[in-house]
Amino acid sequence: MSIEILDPVADVIEHAPANRRLPKLGFLGWLSVAVIAIALFLAIFGPMLAPHDPVIGDLSFSDVGPVAGHPLGFDYQGRDVLSRLLAGARTTIFGAGFVAIVAIFIGTSLALLSAWFGGKTDTFLSATLDVLFAFPGILLAVVAAAVFGASLFSAALALAIAYSPYVARVLRGAALKERAMTYISALEVQGFGAWRLTLRHLLPNISALIVAQGTILFGFAMVDLAAISFLGLGVQAPNADWGVMVSDGKTSLLLGYPLVSLSAVFCIVAVVAAVSFLGDRLESNSKGGNR
Amino acid sequence: MLQFIAKRLAMLVATLLVASFAIYGALYLAPGSPIAALTGGRTLPPEVMAQIEARYHLNEPFLTRYWLWLTAAVHGDLGESIPLHESVNTLIAQRIGTTLQLVFFTSILIIIFGVGLGILGALGRGSVDTGVLFASTVSAALPAFAAAVILQFIFGVTLGWFPVIGTGEGFVDTVKHLTLPALALAATSVALVTRVTRTAVREELDKEHVQTAVSRGLPWSDVVRRHVLRNAAIPITTIVGITIASLIALSAVVETAFGLNGLGAYLVQAAQNKDFAVVQGISLVLVVAFVITNVVVDIAYALLDPRVSLGSRAQ
Repeated sequence: MSIEILDPVADVIEHAPANRRLPKLGFLGWLSVAVIAIALFLAIFGPMLAPHDPVIGDLSFSDVGPVAGHPLGFDYQGRDVLSRLLAGARTTIFGAGFVAIVAIFIGTSLALLSAWFGGKTDTFLSATLDVLFAFPGILLAVVAAAVFGASLFSAALALAIAYSPYVARVLRGAALKERAMTYISALEVQGFGAWRLTLRHLLPNISALIVAQGTILFGFAMVDLAAISFLGLGVQAPNADWGVMVSDGKTSLLLGYPLVSLSAVFCIVAVVAAVSFLGDRLESNSKGGNR
Repeated sequence: MLQFIAKRLAMLVATLLVASFAIYGALYLAPGSPIAALTGGRTLPPEVMAQIEARYHLNEPFLTRYWLWLTAAVHGDLGESIPLHESVNTLIAQRIGTTLQLVFFTSILIIIFGVGLGILGALGRGSVDTGVLFASTVSAALPAFAAAVILQFIFGVTLGWFPVIGTGEGFVDTVKHLTLPALALAATSVALVTRVTRTAVREELDKEHVQTAVSRGLPWSDVVRRHVLRNAAIPITTIVGITIASLIALSAVVETAFGLNGLGAYLVQAAQNKDFAVVQGISLVLVVAFVITNVVVDIAYALLDPRVSLGSRAQ
């Protein structure tokens, strides 16, 4: 009798990890995954696939619409728009990826330190975060451009620092909850060290939330980086970048030739929409798992 | 409650102190001398250099300079732009109006459309709700600069309904000039506010006290107004406040896109020209505005939900 009662429990425990390996995303979720996969592919191979030179154009083709061999036409400097989109995928996507990874690294480290030591360390770190919250990402990036000169790197670093308190705040809560679990104190009593416990037990148990946060941040980073490049403080012309392309094409757009700006806007919006949809889905999955 | 407000205000002062130090310190670390912009690379006789350095306090140690800058700033003097020979106050005063008008206009749009659509979606189930969800998903994915470009093309270039550049004069003309920028700035925030409102209202609708009110035969409009919206107001106020605070920095993008002569666009220009006094001054103004808005949101939240001030002590 008692064995029969225990069985379904054992069943659930055995099956739980298998469910986690392939998250339930639904059709739109997998469509988002596909869009992101294409974006990643373009980030790696895009510059090599570009059929024409993305930087040097032929001014006699300035703002000429689509023709054979140039499906998206030319920009105001007579550069092939498709080639610029392909070449620009790299800075746009890797830039955002860099921001997300650095912000996650800083934020997770702060969250784990706060959760592990608690007390004064926690108070101090929380106060530091409150100050960092006072700087909107774009403002920090503009100041960074003034100090270090306008470049993708300074913009990306500034954004990563501006995002890290958001990561830290979300993860601190989850890490604190995990830290309070009895299994952690049990292992602590058995003499396992802080490093081992945080890295092998705390971290893996909040990893679903970390991945979800990273995905959401990637979307924000793409928007903000493109905005900063649009302002002329990120990737520098004539290099190809989707944000730069939007601002490059603006004069032509106001004169009635919108293809350059709009095609870059389309690429940004498609990837951002996919990333934020997937991020939301992953986040609600990871929260559902904790309850 | 008073204790809670006092604590928040103390934190506000501390945050602003550290933030002002960070703003001043970051630009102090910038490579190159601020005088270089003035001299244009010429070598000046040492007496002249000494005179200039003394005038802008460049010969003082860092902490003294920070202290001079901060005390002046607290008294309302943000220093002087070295390349322009003009007071930062004047430069800011010429532009802050445009930014305030833009942020104010955008906030109204966010409150009307965000909260309105959210309530509409939550109360009207079925196709109304689907429509609201669809609209908010589309506008959520539209970054301000993308919305700016699209709106400029559709309503400015193609339809010719609105001007695409400049600020305009007089009330009607200003509103006309700011409509597209405000819409562009509002796009993402409206989506966010709509979603939060919709969820908050729907959660309240499902609560027992609402069902009790309905079963007691109270008129539906009274139930919505007194039992649903009043409780849902707490998360809605927070999200509206947070999104309005975020507009302050984001306005730079829209101002640049529409050629508006506002603070944000000027900050970007000053950063490109390495006009440090202006960058420091505008950054400080923006950070102060951002932080104060956030504190106001916090206090409004505590006023709406008295449990918060009790809870804060337990944290």
